Amino acid sequence: MYQYDSYDQKMVDARVAEFRDQVNRRLAGEIAEDQFKPLRLKNGLYLQLHAYMLRVAIPYGTLNGAQMRMLGDIADKYDRGYGHFTTRQNIQYNWIKLEQAPDLLADLASVEMHAIQTSGNCIRNTTADHFAGAAADELVDPRPYAELLRQWSTFHPEFDYLPRKFKIAIIGSETDRAAMKLHDIGIQLVTNDAGEVGCKFYVGGGMGRTPMIAPVIGDFVPPLQMISYLEACLRVYNRYGRRDNKYKARIKILVHEIGADEYRRQVEEEFAHILTLGLEPPPAELERIKGFFEQPGFDAAASDDLDLSDPDFAVWVKQNVHAHKQTGYAIATIALKPVGGIPGDATADQIRLMADLARDYSFDELRVTHAQNIVLPHVKKADLYTVWQKLDEAGLANANLDLISDIIACPGLDYCSLANARSIPVAQKISERFADLGRQQELGELKLKISGCINACGHHHAGHIGILGVDRKGVENYQLLFGGSEGADTSLGTITGPGFSEDGIVDAIEKATNVYLDQRADGERFLDTYRRIGMAPFKEAIYAKEPANG
Amino acid sequence: MKIITGNDLRTGDVIWWTGEGWSRHVNDAVDVPEGAEAIIARENAKQIVTDTQVIDATLTDEGVRPAHIKDRIRALGPTVRLDLSLKPADPAAGTWVI
Repeated sequence: MYQYDSYDQKMVDARVAEFRDQVNRRLAGEIAEDQFKPLRLKNGLYLQLHAYMLRVAIPYGTLNGAQMRMLGDIADKYDRGYGHFTTRQNIQYNWIKLEQAPDLLADLASVEMHAIQTSGNCIRNTTADHFAGAAADELVDPRPYAELLRQWSTFHPEFDYLPRKFKIAIIGSETDRAAMKLHDIGIQLVTNDAGEVGCKFYVGGGMGRTPMIAPVIGDFVPPLQMISYLEACLRVYNRYGRRDNKYKARIKILVHEIGADEYRRQVEEEFAHILTLGLEPPPAELERIKGFFEQPGFDAAASDDLDLSDPDFAVWVKQNVHAHKQTGYAIATIALKPVGGIPGDATADQIRLMADLARDYSFDELRVTHAQNIVLPHVKKADLYTVWQKLDEAGLANANLDLISDIIACPGLDYCSLANARSIPVAQKISERFADLGRQQELGELKLKISGCINACGHHHAGHIGILGVDRKGVENYQLLFGGSEGADTSLGTITGPGFSEDGIVDAIEKATNVYLDQRADGERFLDTYRRIGMAPFKEAIYAKEPANG
Repeated sequence: MKIITGNDLRTGDVIWWTGEGWSRHVNDAVDVPEGAEAIIARENAKQIVTDTQVIDATLTDEGVRPAHIKDRIRALGPTVRLDLSLKPADPAAGTWVI
């Protein structure tokens, strides 16, 4: 893992001191709220429905045991004993007191963490493949490039006041586990026939009120020119992106309106100019960073055998454990999705337990996934059963990864001041309706995603089944979408028709799954069946009138 | 009725104008049929409250009920964590917001 150098630490410490002074002046009445609000937002501190909310950055979703333990301690010390892992691989605390926020940030800084780049129209905290450095299908480890991106983007003066917020994701595998094509910029590290590494740039994707899949803008940018190409992409956006209408200000609108070809032409022109300026970080810096991401000291003699005689353990392994690039090791995902629970929430004790497991069994590393789960990336197969037992004791051995109850849900109207409807109660009711794990397994991979407003923090556009909460004359109403997906087969969901009540949406989903079970061909997921047979059979089922009694 | 709400500057807690000060309980909110803007301006100047606004509400047998669901959730707390709400002992409290 990357470790701060003295520059990193000084910057973060200075930022804490600066914010402490700003808070003190605000509390003393020396600055007004309209002056203070942009300052606190630059430090990740929002004012939500019930209190201040702090969003802590977890760069590319990677953290060590000490950092995770601190997140648990912060939940106890400054919040109400829990935290919420988000769809941007971050964590949010919902009950922060302004007067305590500087102390909280100082505690974070003591473990090389902060809340910078989690708000505002800047380049937000970069996200990445949560299996980076571990996945069996990985071509290039994206973490050194993600770290370079972090260093380049943090406090970048030219891009601190963009037309809108800007989100970058980076992967280095064939499998896209980061919803890369639904970001402002998605970077895929690829190799050519000669074995050389290049960056494939997807620019202009996003969700929100105008969902778009990013087109390819750069096919094969040399890694040592990645930053210059990013500068070019951002400069064209910064120059021509709309600032007159926040709903049309994201880069996806610019790319769509001028067309991918014209946008590419302008980027290439700017890129050629930037290359003459020598702005690219020196190769030695990338090499220095790579040094932090060497493979941990794997036991080369570790056995690949796994005793699956405990049936509950076997179910968890089948669902939550993925192949590792190193023989004798595995990637274990901890699903924060208990039946009837709140997706992404973990108690302080659970957070600390996961930190301990990382320290003891995963070379002190954890990842946060955009699906609001936690990954132990390097677990020796011989240790998996012990890890599972400890998770089970803490209520964290949910064997439902990628099943219908592994729901992505934004905080919704229970917490968020932007939301129009509650997301979490819908997620809870769905997970309770489908509580039987055998039934979930029968349905197979089914990604269900819920957003409480059109901003789509719950990624509803990319759900095999998506739910969008809306406000219909002061009453919560839920639109249903089918056919969304992220990854290699990225697609956007289609709205079925009129919306449903909170209970009605659960019934509609159950009817849709019944259509799938009736009509699926061998090996088809829900998404595959939907793509083959289309919306009509599903629509007929979910809107069918119940026969009148008597 | 019209009531005034905001957040405590230091803690962020949701608070309601009582006619004399601020309370964390919506049932303490008083009707402010006129002059709300002046009250907000005066209270904002004290630098103890933020995000102040006037909202619609009705007076029911159960007390003051904000007109919009968002304000009812603000008044109660998260419906999915009633243990953290203003009515932790009432398992049915969440139905109040619907």
